[in-house]
Amino acid sequence: MSAPRNPLGRRAFVANALVVTFALSRGALAQDTARKLPPSLAKAPQLDSWIRVGADGRITVFTGKAELGQGIRTALTQIAAHELPVPPAQIDLITADTGRTPDEGVTAGSHSMQDSGTAILNAAANVRALLTDAAAWRFAIAADQIEMRDGAAHTLDGRSVGYGELASALSLQVPARPDMPRRQGGKAVIGQKLPRLDIPAKVTGGPAYVQDMRLPSMLHARVVRGPSDGTKLKPVDIAVVEKMPGVVKVVREGAFLAVVADQEWRAIKALHRLQAAGWERATPPLAASDLRETIRQLPAEEMPIFDYPGPPAPADARTIRARYSRPHLMHASIGPSCAVAQWADDGLTVWTHSQGVYPLRKSLADLLKLEPDKIRCIHVEGSGCYGHNGADDVAADAALAARAVPGKPVRLQWMREQEHGWEPLGSAMVVELAAELDGDRIAAWRHEVWSNTHSTRPSTAGGLLAGREMDPPFAAPKPRPIPMPEGGGARNGNPIYALPNARGVFHFVEQMPVRVSALRGLGAQMNVFAIESFMDELALAAEADPVAFRLAWLKDERAREVVQRATERFGWSKRGAGGDGSGMGFGFARYKNLASYCAVAMEVRVDQDTGEIHVPRVVAAVDSGEAVAPDGIRNQIEGGIVQSLSWTTREAVGFDRTHRTSFDWSAYPILRFPAAPGRVEVEVIDRPRQPFLGAGEAAQGPAAAALGNAVAHAVGVRLRDMPLSPERVRAALRPVPAAPSQAAG
Amino acid sequence: MRLAVGIALVCAALVAAAVAFAWHPEIDKISPPLAVSFDRSLVAQGQDLARLGNCAGCHTSEPSKPLAGGRPLETPFGKVFVSNITPHADHGIGTWSRAAFGRAMRRGILRDGTHLYPAFPYEHFTHATDDQLDALYAWLMTRRPIANQVPATKLAGLYGFRPLVAGWNLLYLEQGPLERDRSKSDEWNRGRVLVEGLGHCGGCHTPRNRFGAEDKARAYDGAWTEGWYAPPLNAHSPAVQPWTAQELHTYLRTGLAPHHAAAAGPMGGVTRALSQVPDEDVRAISTYVASLMADAPARRQEPPQPVDRLAVAQQQHPEAAALYAGSCALCHEPGAPMMQQGRPRLAWGTPLHEDNSHDTVRIIMKGLASPAGAAGPTMPAYADLLDDRQVQEIAAYLRTRFTDKPAWSDVQAAVAEARK
Amino acid sequence: MITLTVNGQAHQVDVDPDTPLLYVLRNDLALNGAKFGCGLGQCGACTVLIDDKPVCSCLMPVSALGARRVRTLEGLHADGRPGPLPAAFEAEQAAQCGYCIAGMIVRAQALLEHNPRPTEEEVRNHLAPNLCRCGTHMRILRAVRRAAEAMGGGVRDVAEQP
Repeated sequence: MSAPRNPLGRRAFVANALVVTFALSRGALAQDTARKLPPSLAKAPQLDSWIRVGADGRITVFTGKAELGQGIRTALTQIAAHELPVPPAQIDLITADTGRTPDEGVTAGSHSMQDSGTAILNAAANVRALLTDAAAWRFAIAADQIEMRDGAAHTLDGRSVGYGELASALSLQVPARPDMPRRQGGKAVIGQKLPRLDIPAKVTGGPAYVQDMRLPSMLHARVVRGPSDGTKLKPVDIAVVEKMPGVVKVVREGAFLAVVADQEWRAIKALHRLQAAGWERATPPLAASDLRETIRQLPAEEMPIFDYPGPPAPADARTIRARYSRPHLMHASIGPSCAVAQWADDGLTVWTHSQGVYPLRKSLADLLKLEPDKIRCIHVEGSGCYGHNGADDVAADAALAARAVPGKPVRLQWMREQEHGWEPLGSAMVVELAAELDGDRIAAWRHEVWSNTHSTRPSTAGGLLAGREMDPPFAAPKPRPIPMPEGGGARNGNPIYALPNARGVFHFVEQMPVRVSALRGLGAQMNVFAIESFMDELALAAEADPVAFRLAWLKDERAREVVQRATERFGWSKRGAGGDGSGMGFGFARYKNLASYCAVAMEVRVDQDTGEIHVPRVVAAVDSGEAVAPDGIRNQIEGGIVQSLSWTTREAVGFDRTHRTSFDWSAYPILRFPAAPGRVEVEVIDRPRQPFLGAGEAAQGPAAAALGNAVAHAVGVRLRDMPLSPERVRAALRPVPAAPSQAAG
Repeated sequence: MRLAVGIALVCAALVAAAVAFAWHPEIDKISPPLAVSFDRSLVAQGQDLARLGNCAGCHTSEPSKPLAGGRPLETPFGKVFVSNITPHADHGIGTWSRAAFGRAMRRGILRDGTHLYPAFPYEHFTHATDDQLDALYAWLMTRRPIANQVPATKLAGLYGFRPLVAGWNLLYLEQGPLERDRSKSDEWNRGRVLVEGLGHCGGCHTPRNRFGAEDKARAYDGAWTEGWYAPPLNAHSPAVQPWTAQELHTYLRTGLAPHHAAAAGPMGGVTRALSQVPDEDVRAISTYVASLMADAPARRQEPPQPVDRLAVAQQQHPEAAALYAGSCALCHEPGAPMMQQGRPRLAWGTPLHEDNSHDTVRIIMKGLASPAGAAGPTMPAYADLLDDRQVQEIAAYLRTRFTDKPAWSDVQAAVAEARK
Repeated sequence: MITLTVNGQAHQVDVDPDTPLLYVLRNDLALNGAKFGCGLGQCGACTVLIDDKPVCSCLMPVSALGARRVRTLEGLHADGRPGPLPAAFEAEQAAQCGYCIAGMIVRAQALLEHNPRPTEEEVRNHLAPNLCRCGTHMRILRAVRRAAEAMGGGVRDVAEQP
């Protein structure tokens, strides 16, 4: 049967036929596809949601995730470059933008590589397959005779055609097919050290952050509040400030107060003038200066975390108990949160470093009584956020300030003390562990953990500070626990060790004395610190080497390898008896028991006079599945170790009855260069073709535990309550005098 | 002939007496004692006492070499090099017996019999009790021995003749424990022992005579130390708000007095050390020192309203007003974050009310540093940001704005001094 | 109008005389290097060189500069190419979020211009005023070491104390 006459000829007919075939089968495939596609792709299965090929051959890749400084811009580019394949320089990666990219929720939980990376990998494989087929048709040869290389299709006899030209005859508005084969052979981009795409601008002064944005006619704003969560400004006369030079508007809505000016410094001066009115406590006074005990005592909902079966412990087993805790911790981002907002006739645009542009848009729609499609939230990099910091709140503050000056872009940045005072904190936590030791065997294990929620990320206006300042205020949403297997306070509460007769309970404390939300690692830092410290305590009671003791219970092969590599490289076998101020400690966890495996071995020296802990050497090993950007992984693990050392040796947010006393760097000191470790080595174990596992939060728990264990080894005294600050170390080392002090005579 | 012999004999006798008086025997060396031979409780008590006495303040030149000495102390008589008091056998006191240590602390005499210069305040340490010295000895002998050969102190001219110090001691050293004052509380007496003894507060706060001895008639009248002015701690205290025992206690424990200011200069180190000693010791010190200031003007009248003569200051020092607004107001003005935390106003701080501008100038130029890793009052150093004239202008502006005292006349000299 | 010299060029800006240099650099001269981290002189993100000394530009009212020479990250080029420190930071991939890095580079520049062969301890103490929250310290130290070598000097190791 001859083809019908068609002015475009045979090619177009076949192309149309392909499209038609796809269209017809789409409905039938769709459901099937959705079940088998990786989650992000399932939500946005069309290929052109993820990848577009321009006529000039430039590739645009879309991700719903955001670059936070963790290097995913580069890693995702590598994945696409590898799989298409095209030179990385030919790719423009567009990150989270409600106007352009898929909705991948929040960039958090170390999910970016798993979710977006896998989606892009699959989408790129799909696109390569379509381009290959198009090339095969064009050259009239079999698809397996085509080599896809460097952004072009090549035949064996030297003919080639670029992707741009191929794609112009192709539509990518087709759903992704699951389980597309990965590219085989050829030059690898995954696994290579591709220099980070964002670093050049950062070391030469190019624009790189939302804080660097300069739009025409842009105005500068500051929000005005009390010093911290739980306080409010006393009534203030704004008339004086409205007349200050350069002040364009003082925005007042309910309790929300902001000032917009033509120059940034003028906005700051106006801010200080308004704050001079003084402040007062808005909610009942706080109970204490350290709230971990408060949280432990508040009413809690009991939620089982895990239950591993096993026979009851023998009657003559030894019971060992220990209680571990941590205070509230701060994200303490170096660059206070910032947003730029602009109202135009067709809607509101907000440039934000929020980790979740889609949930933010929803919250703003709620707050501003706009349809979501009238709001566009575009992610622009901010400074490291390490979780839910002020980013969403400042976006709302900027949007409200900008609404008062329609048409003009408004840049609103929080001050240092506002970031310190208002950012949601990482919850204080208490863990109580008990185990039965039968000789050197663990015969029973009980883990109980108390914590507030680890997420109050906004999805409604009540989740935004400004929302609660409106008149009438939007209700703050009821805090909810994050369910396992991810967990919030329960995260990593389930030990990876194959323990018998083991149970864990999470005591979810709904009432929040102070504002809390997700801080990097969530409950994992506390749970891993507790579990790994406790394993050491049990090993000591069993007179066993701590690492050998763990390996006896560690069945996961990849876990065992990570432990062995770290300890061998570290020289664990040279560990002596300790007790003379020098010590070696070890910690291990698989983040969430789902993401990266990380083992950390650490050497410490404790100055027993001052209580200062010096860390001459750290060795870590990490398994993140297939290592797309090995140096990026190394960077994250090194950084996670150092950050965790800062948390674990010196950080605790302070309060008095009325407010947060940790208001700036002098009141909340973090680790500085002199206290950084002497040497940190990280070995990245590559697992080709294994799923990508997030590495951004893998090191914090193991590093904290390694430190606690090393200190115990060094001084013979176990510290269980973070931070292991100089004061606490001195107090732990101080001998109890036999007689009352006669020292003062 | 007999007269000549007689005179010669008398002279010889006098010389012999002088020699006998100035000469001290060497105390035998001991082997450096093992650290484990000392009771841990005693060592801990000694650590507290070392903090009360702030040994590290003089004896630690480099943080990585605690107590190893080496720093030159500038005195009107020349440079005195601070000793290595680690238990190093050759460079430190590792071979000193308890008796040798006690003799040095009470009488200023080294193990080998040489006199120490009273730059080492043994005229205060002489009041230490035996128990205190036992504990301090235990602590010192269990420190890390550090090799550091401190240069020999060689003062010029007659001052270089150490036996003359015996004469100084005769005049100015009142050995032995302090008599209890039964009319005062136990806490007051305890404080007195600490302040007059190991605390040696008079060492900085009491002016000295031309032989370098504290002028007891002007006890706590204020004095100079390494460019800083230690203000009067008696009836002449210029503080605008009263130094009660409570206020002193907070200041000494935290380095910040709610109605005065943050600890600056050498008091930074003192308050950091005192933040780590038993609270009852700091309370005792506060009780005693507050009693010294019972007749200070601030105690005898109602606390005044804080002075803020903004318009006058702006008019007299317009350039400084702009400098203040850009450099200082970001912490010090009422709506600034530090002030929102309840920190004291500049008008309350003693430095602005002193008769000289040196402390104010030094604080501006050197700032206040809290030790790495610890929370505490912080202020940046402005020495590299402002030139000399700008610092002078700001100091004058502050004096005019926040006090009703006459302008300082020494600001230029103070800035030049601080630059050195 | 206030005149100031930045990276060898004179500029005239119309700002309040008490405006700290940081905001003038960023908003009036469109220079991104110096960043707002705290505005209190505590974090070093705003570090610039004034007459070759590292200072916090958030504390420096622009009217107080006079004829003093300001250098920022942007001024650390050599013949249109990044200078040894920016190049070293790039080579070592010494950044995570990177917000603190401009301040680190400028502060390190002051050290190496003054002391081409510092010890490791001297480098750490010199950089102490600059905070990094991501924990990039080890890479920053490696970058400074690399730059020192590129500049003809080097970072000396001091043997650990027993």
